[in-house]
Amino acid sequence: MSIDEYNGCAIVAMVGKDCVALATDTRFGVQRSTITTDFQRVFQMGPRLFVAMSGLVTDAYTVSARLKYRLNLYELRENRPVSPSVFVSMVSNLLYERRFGPYFSTPVIAGLDPTSGKPFIAGFDCIGDPSIGSDFITDGTAGEQLMGMCETFWRPDLNK
Amino acid sequence: MDFCIGIRGNDFVLLCEDMNAAQSIMLHKQDHEKMLDLNDHLLMTRTGNLGDGVQCAEFLQKNIQLYQIRNGYEMRSSAAAHYIRKYLADTLRSREPLEVNLLLGAYDVISNTPQLYYMDYLGSMATAPFCAHGYGAMFATSILDMYYHPGISVDEAIGILNKCIKELKKRLIINFSKFNVKVVDKDGIHKLPTISVEDGIHTH
Repeated sequence: MSIDEYNGCAIVAMVGKDCVALATDTRFGVQRSTITTDFQRVFQMGPRLFVAMSGLVTDAYTVSARLKYRLNLYELRENRPVSPSVFVSMVSNLLYERRFGPYFSTPVIAGLDPTSGKPFIAGFDCIGDPSIGSDFITDGTAGEQLMGMCETFWRPDLNK
Repeated sequence: MDFCIGIRGNDFVLLCEDMNAAQSIMLHKQDHEKMLDLNDHLLMTRTGNLGDGVQCAEFLQKNIQLYQIRNGYEMRSSAAAHYIRKYLADTLRSREPLEVNLLLGAYDVISNTPQLYYMDYLGSMATAPFCAHGYGAMFATSILDMYYHPGISVDEAIGILNKCIKELKKRLIINFSKFNVKVVDKDGIHKLPTISVEDGIHTH
């Protein structure tokens, strides 16, 4: 069993008309055993910025905590909420620092730009390569299955 | 080859562990207590490597007590849980990872809520109303799914615990002769009578 499948998850982020949606499963499991069914994988990083962490639970928490630390320092220095595109660079940098011993967790970002309100979603691989999406991003052990569903049902300008 | 279980009620957390100290095929002791009081309202039980378990538990206990000495007040349960999680996550990618799975039972005296944390050796952490570690966990979790309800009392929790132990006696190949049981509530940590499995399940 691969390390990405040790805990398992399903994450999907979608762009709509002046809105974004981010969904995750709430299962915390260890291989085939389920420990809890109310586990949070989504972390709020700003008033309109959320990040969902897929993969290994320990790394998901470590990365989100380190990210929040860097984000807090940014907002103290800049005195304004971070914009999603800058946040993407922040995430990418944090993950690439561990290029030869990576975190087994990949973030999916969903948010609105603080100034323009434009919807924004992005996905990464475990070493920080960003893919900024215009329609939807899927991740996790059920990533391919979700991709199929999104391709079938998504169309532009869906309302909430 | 160890087993530990935690059950959370409205105002308490019950933790139970087996009392075997074994390495490979050799059973050294059958009355070995692994549970450790980290502070007045924080109880930790563990499964996994015996040596790693002792090192980890004592290190954490001393550091949590140092916090209390330095600051003059007890470390809050969620702060302690996150501290322990970070310790496990840091050792994971270091010289040698600690092969210890933990259950942390805590009573937060400020918010007056009991908390049960499940932590595995990788540093994954989750709060749960009930959870267990070890091979016995597969049996115990099913029984708890059936009989647990929110607002359970200590006596009901012990009843469910006895059901789990009976199931382990019947279906698990590993022989556990004694179980150590402790409860954390607002008044601190209390040791309950040891549950013995020889000749039926009874306490003494």
